[in-house]
Amino acid sequence: MSRPEAERPAAKGRTPGTAAPRKRAPASRTIRVDALARVEGEGGILVRVRGARVDEVQLRIYEPPRFFEAFLRGRAFTEAPDITARICGICPVAYQMSSVHAMEAACGVTVGGALRELRRLLYCGEWIESHVLHVAMLQAPDFLGYESALHMAKDHPGLVAKALALKKAGNAIVEILGGREIHPVNVRVGGFYRVPARRELAPLAVELAEVRPVAEELLRWVSGFSFPDFSCDYEFVSLRHPSEYPFCEGRVVSSKGLDVAVAEFEEHFVEEHVAHSNALHSRLRARGPYFVGPLARYNLNFDRLPSGIQEAARRAGLPEVVRNPFQGIVVRAVETLWAVDEALRILGSYDPPPAPFVEVPPRAASGAGASEAPRGLLYHRYGIDARGLIQDARIVPPTAQNLRTVEDDLRAFVEANLDLPQERLVWRTEQAVRNYDPCISCATHAIPLRIERLPG
Amino acid sequence: MPRREKPKLAVFKLASCDGCQLSLLDCEDELLAVAGEVEIASFLEASRAVVKGPYDLVLVEGSITTPHDAERIHQVRRAARFLVTIGACATAGGIQALRNSKDVHEFARYVYPSPQYLETLNKSTPIVDHVFVDFELRGCPVSKRQLLEVLSAFLAGRKPVVPTYSVCVECKRRGTPCVMVARGTPCLGPVTQAGCGAICPAYERGCYGCFGPMESPNTASLARTLGDHGVDAPGLVRAFRSFNAGADPFRRESEIHEQT
Repeated sequence: MSRPEAERPAAKGRTPGTAAPRKRAPASRTIRVDALARVEGEGGILVRVRGARVDEVQLRIYEPPRFFEAFLRGRAFTEAPDITARICGICPVAYQMSSVHAMEAACGVTVGGALRELRRLLYCGEWIESHVLHVAMLQAPDFLGYESALHMAKDHPGLVAKALALKKAGNAIVEILGGREIHPVNVRVGGFYRVPARRELAPLAVELAEVRPVAEELLRWVSGFSFPDFSCDYEFVSLRHPSEYPFCEGRVVSSKGLDVAVAEFEEHFVEEHVAHSNALHSRLRARGPYFVGPLARYNLNFDRLPSGIQEAARRAGLPEVVRNPFQGIVVRAVETLWAVDEALRILGSYDPPPAPFVEVPPRAASGAGASEAPRGLLYHRYGIDARGLIQDARIVPPTAQNLRTVEDDLRAFVEANLDLPQERLVWRTEQAVRNYDPCISCATHAIPLRIERLPG
Repeated sequence: MPRREKPKLAVFKLASCDGCQLSLLDCEDELLAVAGEVEIASFLEASRAVVKGPYDLVLVEGSITTPHDAERIHQVRRAARFLVTIGACATAGGIQALRNSKDVHEFARYVYPSPQYLETLNKSTPIVDHVFVDFELRGCPVSKRQLLEVLSAFLAGRKPVVPTYSVCVECKRRGTPCVMVARGTPCLGPVTQAGCGAICPAYERGCYGCFGPMESPNTASLARTLGDHGVDAPGLVRAFRSFNAGADPFRRESEIHEQT
């Protein structure tokens, strides 16, 4: 795929939102933005406007393809958590969790008890660090009109420092339990290499109890932002567990009646390849684009939240079903508060398991696993042989599942807001993409923005 | 006295997972202090404000895997007074260098229904294969502590103190009993550069080499020892061919066992 130099951020100094003359068609007007920032990875947006109508929308993915599914073939099944973690530095735990569950499903092993609790604890850590990164550092600056959290910190130093302390507490969970924050080393098929003693986890409970008020403050703060009135007819998709807010288990359900086992995922969802993107786009076979992530989880699992968290959500002004993606920032703050409480619950009742892992002898089989990454449902499926070598791999990350929905949002949003001044519209459009906390590293396994206005 | 201008820092990303630049945002205790010392001129993961180059210090994450990035890195180099590559992708080609020993077109057909839409190179290569690099910081991901050391060193105009000895030294310093000697667990620590803090052995698993080869590693000797611990030839190929598959000493050792 070739692309004009000017769309790329590298070694270019143009500030997003500035106008540049279009060379090839001088009669028409082109507004170009070099890069959509504050997302994970590299991509771009192209919106072509003709008069009052949006002609074309492309969420373009420049992030180079890395071919994980291809090179996983021939690797040992035990290597999948370490290798797939490298798809994303922001949510490595999600890849580790989906891969170990898929491998355990293939081998017919279930991991329960304290090991299962520790996995949930690790995931709490990742949700906290990833959500707070997004809420406070990537998304909040949009609502307050700052270029970045560092610019925002000049006017709100206390708040940014507190949010960093909350994020750090999430990272501390991943570091103590996983060995390090990014690409933790302690997760293995069957459990962990080493499980912590109770005294090793004790400081985490202290740290989390200290930052819990910050999570509440963060929620209060973001609930006071002003949200553009916007919504589409979304089909929300997430895991749903019989009794818990979902992490690694449950059925795949949707707001339009889908209710299937994880193993049936590929019967209902397909991925397509479009020319402008190095990421595949997913859709529901029956109905088309769908929506995964915090909003979907919250909408489909509100009744699985403890009453205290439900109450906090109501106080923050959220209904039980949130249809405005701009309010995703508030839902993330609710989930952050929930993850702090869930981590504290697990820490409070932790009893080290008798062994750090369950033996998982390989067998020739195929297995699927899904977990709720911070950005939504993450599906893995592997075929392995009797020696445990991977024969076949399929990974469907959350951002790829949302790409269609993001494009639909952009079309609707730009059309509804054409009366905004150009610079404002450009920023708001970027923001509409950042609502999804897109992880483009994941989706291929940043996003430059361009809005072209053609004469009507 | 005229106010000294803050040095300009820029961060660029090629083929990678974002984890190494995230390490900077993960410096929760130091981030605001760093932001006070430098002008963050271009760091798209964190800010939509982009200041024009040239930059005093450029951090590059990721490897070269597309024709476009192979050109783009020259622009980045031209805009950089000092260019520091961060992480296994930028210093050795990363996990995506697993394509280097295989057919990337077959890879593309396997993953993408319409591989003709893709533009990709046969090999994933480190930045130093393309442009002059002032300093390479290893790790998958880099260590926060070492990243801060590199930032401080370049800001102070001195050479970063980043040791090139093996992970074994860090294990001894940490007081971790040798997992290979005490438990018979295969470990790449003896040939892998220190920097992580010897995390894996402290978590009762062998090192898997994510900081790449140490200075003058004896990979042949380690391969014999791993063989004695029950690692077969395909296992040796996999051990040396992972996150630093493209680093020469690891690449050569993996090729030796591929032929046996």
